[in-house]
This record gives sequence, structure tokens and C-alpha cells, in this order.
Amino acid sequence: MNTMESSREIRPPSNNVGVVGWLKHNLFNGVFNSIITLVVLAVLIRVVPQFIQWAFIDAVWFTSGKECHEASGACWSVVTKNIRFNIFGYYPYDQQWRPLLAMLLLVGMLAYSRDWKRWNKKLGYGWLLALFVMGVLMKGGLFGLEPVETTKWSGLPLTLLLSFFGIAASYPLGVLLALGRQSDMIIIRSLSVVYIEMIRGVPLITLLFMSSVMFPLFLPEGVTIDKVLRAQAAIILFTAAYIAEVVRGGLQAMDKGQYEAAESMGLNYYQTMRLIILPQALKIVIPPTVGILISAFKDTSLVVIIALYDILNTTKSILNTPEWTGFSTEAYIFIAIVYYLCCFSMSQYSRRIEK
Amino acid sequence: MEEYQRSGTAAAGQQPIIEIIEMHKWFDDFHVLKDINLQVHPQEKIVICGPSGSGKSTLIRCINRLEEHQRGSIIVNGTELTRDLKNIEKVRTEVGMVFQHFNLFPHLTILDNLTLGPIWVRKMPKKEAEELAMHYLEIVHIPEQAGKYPGQISGGQQQRVAIARSLCMKPKIMLFDEPTSALDPEMIKEVLDVMVDLAHQGMTMLVVTHEMGFAKTVADRVIFMDFGEIVEENEPNEFFDNPRHDRTKLFLSQIL
Ligand SMILES: Nc1ncnc2c1ncn2[C@@H]1O[C@H](COP(=O)(O)OP(=O)(O)O)[C@@H](O)[C@H]1O
Ligand SMILES: [Mg+2]
Repeated sequence: MNTMESSREIRPPSNNVGVVGWLKHNLFNGVFNSIITLVVLAVLIRVVPQFIQWAFIDAVWFTSGKECHEASGACWSVVTKNIRFNIFGYYPYDQQWRPLLAMLLLVGMLAYSRDWKRWNKKLGYGWLLALFVMGVLMKGGLFGLEPVETTKWSGLPLTLLLSFFGIAASYPLGVLLALGRQSDMIIIRSLSVVYIEMIRGVPLITLLFMSSVMFPLFLPEGVTIDKVLRAQAAIILFTAAYIAEVVRGGLQAMDKGQYEAAESMGLNYYQTMRLIILPQALKIVIPPTVGILISAFKDTSLVVIIALYDILNTTKSILNTPEWTGFSTEAYIFIAIVYYLCCFSMSQYSRRIEK
Repeated sequence: MEEYQRSGTAAAGQQPIIEIIEMHKWFDDFHVLKDINLQVHPQEKIVICGPSGSGKSTLIRCINRLEEHQRGSIIVNGTELTRDLKNIEKVRTEVGMVFQHFNLFPHLTILDNLTLGPIWVRKMPKKEAEELAMHYLEIVHIPEQAGKYPGQISGGQQQRVAIARSLCMKPKIMLFDEPTSALDPEMIKEVLDVMVDLAHQGMTMLVVTHEMGFAKTVADRVIFMDFGEIVEENEPNEFFDNPRHDRTKLFLSQIL
């Protein structure tokens, strides 16, 4: 009784708690750490006020390019004045509500699907319908919507399109490749290995070039395949190879007993994989998978080199006009924020699903 | 453990439910099972013992084709085990297996572990499968754990769940591979009790175990294996009291 009483009374020494304790523990524990803390502090004191001066106090927000050249601070006008071209690119100006709506629909569907407990047949049909609506919105030609060539698709909608389908298609393909690589059937296994190793030995830029320059040479005359589609295919094929390797790691981490228990119940290969092995293996590899998917998202900016206008390339076009040359810092800060928001959402999203 | 009336003699006239004839198995060059001949009759209980590495696990794993044999034949309930996947799946639905390390599916609840087989293999409606699962959970005395995950219950409970999971498939034969050797001593009895109950119900059982008390209570025959061979085979009292081979004597002196 007595000991219990007293142990409840004892308080931690005061230098372990509160602000002082925290500082001591995290920033000044040891000479080396203290020096680093002080150096970082000095740098911050020099940089932060200057940045605030430039980015906010001296900045201009809604002016023309000419006035920008006279201002001493940041020229956010390069973003605000060109926002619609920056985001929607060459999509017909009066139709830009359509990609906007399509993007909102996509974000809405993704937000609704964040909880995997909601994943059922109905949601599947919902997605099919949503994808159809998005397609119609983008392409037009139905329900009295003016048709818009895919060559005009650009900016953020293009980036999201390439990434979303890139991710949605490469993930299952990657899982299949990983299973193929583990298969007992030698032909399937060899094909998977060759595919994975070949793709991983080649940079994405090369694949994009091949899809846009070389691939059409092999097609019979008169047949053309949409450029966006070809870039999309290259991104999918590329990402799938990386997903496959990560998933293979997950499969190898599985206990052999799980296969044996499933098989001894009479489950066939497909059921064993779908019900027992993949749910566990894929869960183990969520963190590295998300890493790959985030890279894939950022890598879509490489379509610049085959003259597709994703959001990075529309920014470049703006900076190439005489009025706005020289404001690349501001424009790229904006793009960085857009990319950051997307990538951050992706990693948050995956954490929700992981639960 | 209660006293128990053996059924072996009564079944002797019937067709064997498992028939293994001149069976050999190799792991690459390693001859792990040599000229195995074994007949098991319906409702018979057979205990297999022998030193570690003697091929006990491999033998019972051949019976549901978790391992493939290279020579001789294995016929289970009239179906010969060959490369034919249909036959293998058929045999597996009739043979339940309990593993040393339970091998429950950690991502599924206890109830889902039990209903998986009936739903996907037997194509049973979900509700019916759940009733069946609850029935067997009661038989192994843990219906209250149905909603938990395997990681949340004790080893003894997990092994009882594993037994119930096999029973949900209504198997004709149950194989046990050292079902109690991964358990803490205080949990061994709860699992053995369930197995004794099962024996009472007339299940055909092949049990790899060194629990000699279990063998004496339940077994119709004890089989001793060493270096991939069946060295000796006898009814339990004779086996333990008058072992014929030196290797058996040595083994028994080590474990008793
Ligand atoms: N998959 C395998 N590959 C190669 N050798 C194996 C394999 N499984 C078991 N063995 C070997 O076969 C022998 C018998 O193993 P096992 O049947 O597990 O013995 P027991 O269950 O009697 O301890 C052992 O020497 C073991 O090392
Ligand atoms: Mg063993």
C-alpha cells in the first residue's frame, strides 16, 4: 500500500518536462547537437525575414508583366494572370469548365473511396460511371458537348489523367507481373523476368521517346494511335515493372505456412492468392509502393519531351512569352506547391487505406 | 484424459481409406521416404513418432499432396494422388490438416478463418457457413473469441481454432503435425482434450506427436519412423512395453 502511494507521488525531475525539458532533450543534448542547433538557427534568422520581405511585403499580386519588372519583390502576377492557361493549357477557353468538373469529380470519387470499408460492387459501378462521365466531359462529342481533340488536353487535367490511369493500371499489372515471376510455369516466369529487367534497365524518357517516335514507324500506314494514349501506355508499362519488384518482396516475406494452410483447405491457386496471400503481402509493401506511385506522379512531367503540355510545360510556355520572361522563380514555386499538395495527399491517402 | 474404446479392430474388415503402397520420396538427391507401405482404415487413429528429421512430417504431407512423391502410389478415399489438380483438390477437401505453428490467417477474424473454406470451396451461403463455424467453435470451447484476430488469442486457443477451421470442411481424415510442440506446457492439455473428443466422434486421424499419454489413450496403432523408413508398427501397449527394434528402444528411452 505504502509503496504504491509513494510511487504515485514521485514526479519526474523538472528538467525532463515542459519547454525547457523538451529543448534540452531534443535540441541541446550534447555539444554536437547544440552546435547544429545554433548554426541552423543562425541560417534561419538570416534567410526567413528576407524571404518574407520578398514573397509578401514587396510582392505584387495582380499586375501586368511590365509593372512586375519595376517591383522589387516577388511577381505573383505571373501565376494569377495566367492561372487558367497554366492549369488548362490549350483546352478551348470557353470549355474549360469541363476539365474542371472532371477533376472535381475525380477528387470527389477518390475522397469517397479513401475508406476501404466502402469498397464494394456499388462503388465499382460508381467508378465506372464516373470515369465515363469524365471521359465525355474531356472529349465531348456526346450530349451536345463540343468535341475537343486530345492534342488540346493539357495542364493539370493532363497531369492528373496520366498519373491517375498510370497508377490505376500499373498497380494491378505490377501485381500480375510479380505473380508471374513466382510462377511454376517456366514460360510465364521467364517472360515476366525479361519484361521486368528490361524495363528497369531503361529510363522512362527512352520509353516515352520510343512510344512517340519509334512506335508509329511500326504501325501500318494510315493507322495512328493517340499520342496521349501512347504516353500513357509508356508510363503504365514503366511503373508496373517497379511495382512488380516491390510486390515480389512482399510475396517473399510471406510465411510458407500460409500457402500450405490455404492449399490444404482445398483453395485453388487463384483463391489462395486473392484471399490469403495478396491481402497480406500487399499490405506489407504499402510504404514502398506509395513511394513508387509518388515518383510515377512526378515522372509524368517527363512528357514534356514528347511535346505534351502537362502543367509543367504550360508553365514553361508562359515563361517563354516576352511579358513574363524572368519570373520563373515565382511560377515554379507555384508549380512546386501544386505538386507538393498532390504528393502529400497521396501519402496521406495511402495511410488511410493502410488502416 | 478419459478412457476410450478403440475402434481399430471393428474397422479391420473395411476398405482402407488411405492406402500407401511402396512409396518413395526424394528431396533432390536426398532419399527422405523409403518404401513406405501403410493402410489406414476408416475411424482408425494412428500416432507417428520418431526422431527429428526422420520424415514424419513429409509422410503426412504427402497424404494431402503438400509434398509430391516420386514412386509408388497413395490412394486417399478412392482417389489416387497424381499430378492431376482436380484429384488433388478433391483429396484436400476430404483431408484436414493441423500444423505445428497453427498457420491461421492473421488478416482475418477467427470467424472468417473458419468460414473461408466452406464459402469458397464448398460454395456454402455465408450465413450457413457462419452457423457451421460457430458450431465448431463451441466444440473446441471458444465461441466467445469469434470476432477476434488470431494475434489476439493464446497459442492453445489458436491451435483449437485451427482444428475447428479444418473441421468446418467436414473432412473424413485429419492429419496433425506435432500440434502441441509449439505450445507452452499449460496449453497442451486443452488441445489434446479437443483431439481426444474428436477421436471419440470416430474421426480418422494420423497424428505426429511425442505425447505418449495421447498415444496410449487414443491410438489404435503407433508407427515408429527413423531415417525415412517405417521401422516398427504396433498397438500402443505392445509398442511402449515391448519394443522389438533396437532403434525403437533407443528412441523410447530418450523420450520417456
Ligand atoms: N523442402 C525440403 N527440401 C529439402 N529437404 C527437406 C525439405 N523438407 C524436409 N527436408 C528434409 O527431410 C528430412 C525429413 O524432414 P521432416 O519430414 O520434416 O522430418 P520430421 O518431421 O520427422 O522431423 C529432414 O532431413 C529435412 O531436413
Ligand atoms: Mg516435423
